[in-house]
Amino acid sequence: MILKMAAVRRMMKLYGLGFHAIRQQTSLRASRVPQQRAFHVNGAQRQQPFDSSVEKPQFPGASAEFVDQLEFIKPNVISGIPIYRVMDRQGQIIRPTEDPQLSKDTVLNFYQKMTLLNTMDRILYESQRQGRISFYMTNYGEEGTHIGSAAALNPNDLVFGQYREAGVLMFRGFPLDLFMAQCYANADDLGKGRQMPVHYGSRDLNFVTISSPLATQLPQAAGAAYALKRENSNRAVICYFGEGAASEGDAHAGFNFAATLECPLIFFCRNNGYAISTPTNEQYRGDGIAARGPGYGMMSIRVDGNDVFAVYNATKEARRRAVAENQPFLIEAMTYRIGHHSTSDDSSAYRSVDEVNYWDKQDHPISRLRHYMTAHGWWGEDEERAWRKQSRKLVMEAFERAERRLKPHPDLMFTDVYEEMNPGLQKQKESMWRHIQQYKEHYPLDLYDK
Amino acid sequence: MAAAAARLLLRSVSSKDPVTNIHASLHNSFGVTLLKLFPSCTFKPKTQKRHAAHFTFHPDPVPTKYGSTMKMNLFQSVTSALDNTLSSDPTAVIFGEDVAFGGVFRCTVGLRDKYGKDRVFNTPLCEQGIVGFGIGAAVGGATAIAEIQFADYIFPAFDQIVNEAAKYRYRSGNLYDCGNLTIRAPWGCVGHGSLYHSQSPEAFFAHCPGIKVVVPRGPIQAKGLLLSCIADRNPCIFFEPKILYRAAVEQVPTEPYLIPLSQAEVLQEGSDLTVVAWGTQVGHINGEVAAMAQEKLGVSCEVIDLQTILPWDIETVCKSVVKTGRLLISHEAPVTGGFAAEISSTVQEECFLNLEAPITRVCGYDTPFPHIFEPFYIPDKWKCFDAVKRMINY
Repeated sequence: MILKMAAVRRMMKLYGLGFHAIRQQTSLRASRVPQQRAFHVNGAQRQQPFDSSVEKPQFPGASAEFVDQLEFIKPNVISGIPIYRVMDRQGQIIRPTEDPQLSKDTVLNFYQKMTLLNTMDRILYESQRQGRISFYMTNYGEEGTHIGSAAALNPNDLVFGQYREAGVLMFRGFPLDLFMAQCYANADDLGKGRQMPVHYGSRDLNFVTISSPLATQLPQAAGAAYALKRENSNRAVICYFGEGAASEGDAHAGFNFAATLECPLIFFCRNNGYAISTPTNEQYRGDGIAARGPGYGMMSIRVDGNDVFAVYNATKEARRRAVAENQPFLIEAMTYRIGHHSTSDDSSAYRSVDEVNYWDKQDHPISRLRHYMTAHGWWGEDEERAWRKQSRKLVMEAFERAERRLKPHPDLMFTDVYEEMNPGLQKQKESMWRHIQQYKEHYPLDLYDK
Repeated sequence: MAAAAARLLLRSVSSKDPVTNIHASLHNSFGVTLLKLFPSCTFKPKTQKRHAAHFTFHPDPVPTKYGSTMKMNLFQSVTSALDNTLSSDPTAVIFGEDVAFGGVFRCTVGLRDKYGKDRVFNTPLCEQGIVGFGIGAAVGGATAIAEIQFADYIFPAFDQIVNEAAKYRYRSGNLYDCGNLTIRAPWGCVGHGSLYHSQSPEAFFAHCPGIKVVVPRGPIQAKGLLLSCIADRNPCIFFEPKILYRAAVEQVPTEPYLIPLSQAEVLQEGSDLTVVAWGTQVGHINGEVAAMAQEKLGVSCEVIDLQTILPWDIETVCKSVVKTGRLLISHEAPVTGGFAAEISSTVQEECFLNLEAPITRVCGYDTPFPHIFEPFYIPDKWKCFDAVKRMINY
């Protein structure tokens, strides 16, 4: 069974009448004994036989008491689910027991990964403006959600993402060359040049290739988690998505399946305030995404996404329990999308520069961590200067290599449609090459691998 | 008369019979009594009798190369295939709406008890979730067999099938795939299914590179093709002609066996006209139309069961048309944009100079599938026979 050093239970009144969300707070020094996994299948079963002589409800659909006063439950969005944080905006630890007390090397690594991502974003965004790559999406402001959560997982936990989680891949060690290769769609791209930029994927790093349709990954993550549960491999699945994608039907499907089928899965919502130009008050009327969790019977929490330690703590505990108890966890990380939606967007059309500047200057995950590091004497001006220079050099060198590289061979347009090549497609490929041989001056063959 | 009926009703409702009695007997006795009170209701004129879609299923000969056989109908042959799979593949799981108790068409009867609740389980009522979950389970390493309760309800899952399942391998550069996914769904007309229990949506999926679409004509084919779909390392959709679930009975091998995908089967060789069909329609053509054509018109038909819609066996069909010079394609789905259009277009490209008559399609009309008008809607043997006649006399 599960052993806890000091478990603190707190009942919280979320809604008006008779609805409670239970938030369990465990000290972060919880013991590390191996957890015995409870494998429930089709958990809740009706215990008592039907008995109409008793004045209790007998309905199979709900376990509740009767009430004889007409009163609607009022959704509470004014003071919604509170936001868990460890550091204040100046990087000071608020409650010392919540400090995960990570080593200097670990924290420095967090910082360097966040800033390297930021540097890569700047350079690749600029490269799109200059016409070198076709498209790009930055991660400005959300680096804390990526690094904090990635650091709390095991390397072989499976990651399903949406499109703004490059930091997760970076944290796991995806080389700059391969980020660039995918954006340039060159012959080194693991995806063989088939997708738009930022649609990364890596088998070795257990990061499932990104696809453009939103929220399709949520029910898939539930299925993958179910398969891993049956394998008994102590692996979890994490599924990232934005607050906009959470409106899709697939999100509802994913939550419901994960809960009913008891999947070891973390749903990680990056609530960054905007879905392209659509602000959250046009995306939902309830209390964000976290408040939907209890509706599905799911453990849920809201965290400060710009506080890398809060993200780390919540993800770590959610992961531990998801696997130990075979149930999904919903983490809503509140953050802010500092950059435009993509290179096809100019967000000054729908929000003020002042708003963006506030987040950039006053509540940024990178600055907050830097304050923490400075306070510990682990980082200073010299280190910052040296690292900026080094990270920029690393990115620029990878960039130049990627740019020089040829594109993949056009034959790769026809492979992997099915596992095997079929006669129909083979004929189409031959027909294409016959055509190109005849009209070769109209096709950019020089840019492609021979 | 009406007053007597009303008094009877009130008396029954106020009775203090315990729960167990009222349930069946009250409703039944009330209904029976009402019919008795109105004698005109008990007389069923000929015009009122339900015109059931009736046909004779012609079983295939007993296969000899796959070991011992057992009499099975179509749903039993599906159960057999699933049983073989769960037995040999520990990662295999079957899920969908109502599969746990055996399924609304009894295809999964007994499997949950035999293999466990973690392997045969119900999902919430959500097709996009069922297919999305299935894709993820396949990505996670399981052999995922998803059931959609009726092909008519597959459309919420269209995005997951077309944008995700079909493209998983291609878009990831073969880093990831969901080849271990098979989706099964009851398909086609059933006599009374109407708009939402009769559809044949294979044409929607034929336009989607990356998936395979398969339709068996009977129990022997169903088991072999389903096992091939499950073994195939690409996501497959397997449509099961629901009218054949009980009506089609054959001697089916009990051991697992594979019938290859993307290979059409020539059921009957002929010299004058090629007929291509799949699913239920093959039985009509092979069993009835070909015989009628021979008997009444002296026409020798070559009958081909396409079996796999995507990727389809272009070679077998073209080879046949080169020989006969005439092609008739028949399917229940509406004619415009139906799969016959694709076959027709390809064959006229490849075999233009061999054609003695225009390629003819005998299909459903461009209407939703109707209820009471089904006998007029379906491409029955008379419509096919008439098409043969016209083509021969062209």
